[in-house]
Amino acid sequence: MSAEVTLENVWIRFGDFVAARAVDINIRQGEFFSFLGPSGCGKTTLLRAVSGFLSPSEGRVLIGGKDMAGIGPNKRPTALIFQNLALFPLMTVWENITFALEVRGVSAARRRKRADELLELIALPGQGEKMVDELSGGQRQRVAIARALAAEPGVLLLDEPLSALDLKLRQHMRTELRDIQQRVGITFIYITHDQGEALTMSDNVAVMREGVIEQVADGNTIYDRPATAFVASFVGENNLLRGTVSAVSRAAVTVDTGLGAIRARAADSGGKGSLAVGDDAYVFIRPESLKFDEEKKMDNNISAQIHQQEFEGSFWQVFFSIKGSERKLKLSMVNDGSAMSHQPGQRVTLGFAPELAVATPAGPLAAE
Amino acid sequence: MIAALREAVVRGGLLTRIGLALFAACFFVYLFGPLVLMGITAFNSSAFPRVSPWECFSVEWFEVLRNDQTLVEGLRNSVFIGIGVVALAVPIGLAGALMLMQINQRVRPWYYTVVISPILVPGVVLGISTLVFWDRVGIMFNASHETFFYNGFFLTIVGQATFISAYSMLVFISRLQRFDPALEEAALDLGATHVQTFRKVLLPFLKPAIASAAVLAFLASFENYNTTVFTIVSESTLTTVLASKVRYGINPSISALAVIIVVVTLLGAAVFEVVKRREQKAARESEKVARGEVPARARRKPLLLDPAMFLILAVFVAGLGTVYFAGTVGVEECKAAVKEEKQRVAQERVRKLQQQRMFQRAAPVAGEGEGEGGSAPAAPQAQREDSSGFESIFAPQNLKEQVESGPPAAGTESFQGIFAPENLESQSGAGQ
Ligand SMILES: Nc1ncnc2c1ncn2[C@@H]1O[C@H](COP(=O)(O)OP(=O)(O)OP(=O)(O)O)[C@@H](O)[C@H]1O
Ligand SMILES: [Mg+2]
Repeated sequence: MSAEVTLENVWIRFGDFVAARAVDINIRQGEFFSFLGPSGCGKTTLLRAVSGFLSPSEGRVLIGGKDMAGIGPNKRPTALIFQNLALFPLMTVWENITFALEVRGVSAARRRKRADELLELIALPGQGEKMVDELSGGQRQRVAIARALAAEPGVLLLDEPLSALDLKLRQHMRTELRDIQQRVGITFIYITHDQGEALTMSDNVAVMREGVIEQVADGNTIYDRPATAFVASFVGENNLLRGTVSAVSRAAVTVDTGLGAIRARAADSGGKGSLAVGDDAYVFIRPESLKFDEEKKMDNNISAQIHQQEFEGSFWQVFFSIKGSERKLKLSMVNDGSAMSHQPGQRVTLGFAPELAVATPAGPLAAE
Repeated sequence: MIAALREAVVRGGLLTRIGLALFAACFFVYLFGPLVLMGITAFNSSAFPRVSPWECFSVEWFEVLRNDQTLVEGLRNSVFIGIGVVALAVPIGLAGALMLMQINQRVRPWYYTVVISPILVPGVVLGISTLVFWDRVGIMFNASHETFFYNGFFLTIVGQATFISAYSMLVFISRLQRFDPALEEAALDLGATHVQTFRKVLLPFLKPAIASAAVLAFLASFENYNTTVFTIVSESTLTTVLASKVRYGINPSISALAVIIVVVTLLGAAVFEVVKRREQKAARESEKVARGEVPARARRKPLLLDPAMFLILAVFVAGLGTVYFAGTVGVEECKAAVKEEKQRVAQERVRKLQQQRMFQRAAPVAGEGEGEGGSAPAAPQAQREDSSGFESIFAPQNLKEQVESGPPAAGTESFQGIFAPENLESQSGAGQ
């Protein structure tokens, strides 16, 4: 039933424009796999290559180990949930859901029965007779999922299916989607530009930038060990310090920044050119890894001036100005009851552990 | 521009408003005046379509219309041809529109220009070229004149369809532009073949456009003359029959036909409006259902039970009944009275004429006294005086008098004078 999907050196070109560049990905059977990337980076394009609406200019798409070249979308074991859902407006909910069965010639009675089962699954029992435009956004969403599931695909492709929903419903649908995936056990390929969505739901995430896969890993790895400057800046919040590599050891690199030498873990770039002495490098530090360190107990210390403090209920956010940078550093700490003993304008020393800082080769960053 | 105009209307003084009202009135009179006038003539019992003098309110011309074999046959042919054109032009138009949506962006404007060109070519040219083309094809196949290559129905359907299919293509294009191509992809993705996708997704979406294209094609075919007059060969359609009738003199049965067409059109428009409003209402309702404001309602009640529909039907039936009764009851009496009045007026005129003539005849006889021979040439002269000078231009006697010197032979005179209005009078005068 469930199938694995492999992209081998896939290039997709539209004239001179390259929408996908040497994409190599293996998605295991039954996996929940996400593509994460900013708008226009080529996520939908890749998905269309998998579902068969366009063929790669170069490279191969394999589903269940079978080369899909020359096989049309209606012959592939995939079902796509479109970015705008594309429910059939002139059919009722149950007709929509069982469209895949209808075109296979399944009798109306059996289709009704299957529709009722699927409506149960998506928690819309008894709503089969409604027209699609009589449903709310979240309900339509679920109907689209049921319609794709009715085709009994080996791979379900979802193109930002939750983007049109409000926050509350989106969170609800996330858990529901994950639930459904575990129940039916088929491969899900999920597209989003919402990192929270990608990180919470997926077994593995591919981060994309301008047609290039920057990193493929599970959510924790993506967050804690970004492979490139882009991934580090795109996923979650990160403080950035620029500098030059002055020393490389097995465990760490030393980067000369305007604030002194900083030791950090070298990013695991997967063999794609690691840092060497003299290279331009970026050091990323998560706001939650940054600490006040007046006694200078930690390996890395920088001096900064408090710019502003924000109270966010369970968190304090503190912003610092530092020498030689427009950007403010950000520190976030749990509001554990200890009253803030700092005032804006005060000079302080900050510290962080080298294991919690990542040094990457200088490269493109995500837009703010 | 329009905004400025609206501004002027809102802000403008009384004068502006009166001016605008006047303009609107003129505009509507210009648009609908001829139609209304023609409609009225249909109910006048006068043998020539006119509003004044008004004779009797009557529906007899509808009866005449029904019994007019050539018109009824023309109408039947027009309907038949219209159906044929719909069957041919709508699929061609649909195919053309689908093609337009599929082809490459760069060649699209060229393709569009080519397929739209039949609309721009004069209908006369289309008619002649259809005739010539199929004649050539017929000759190529050595076909006799009984084959369809020379059949008026075939040629007319094919000829009209050349440009009507372009019309219907325009209808389909505007609908297709609102089609979400993702729906087609969704169907394919769910395993449908291309044929199934077309049948189950695209065709239902195009249904309203197919209906409009069919109506449009039918009407365009029905009213066509330019092309038809060439391609119809020995058959006839409503338009060609009407054209030949107008050439040989018309009676109000033509107006009656106009009334029927106008009424059918109005009815159609009213029903269309009702259906459209129902659809809009249903759309608003389902939006409310989607927002959870109201529970989903049961299926809609049928169209015929809609109050507006009912009203339209009632008005139509009542109007029809009223007109029928007013136009049949008491018409004979009225006509008899009118006839009597006419006869009275005619007799009056005849009497006056006789008096005049007696008076004129008395004078020259007394003056000349040259004998009986002079009386024959004198008669035309007298006629010329009492009839107006304008009419006598057409009198053949005039010519003869100038050309021939002697008194004309009685036989030729009576023969050549058939069309001269004076003849009648002179005969009646001679009978006295
Ligand atoms: N048919 C096409 N012809 C030319 N360019 C295209 C075509 N389809 C996509 N592109 C280009 O490819 C790039 C990637 O598009 P794609 O739709 O895959 O982005 P995406 O990652 O899905 O973005 P979003 O998150 O906004 O949906 C875009 O720059 C787009 O302009
Ligand atoms: Mg997209």
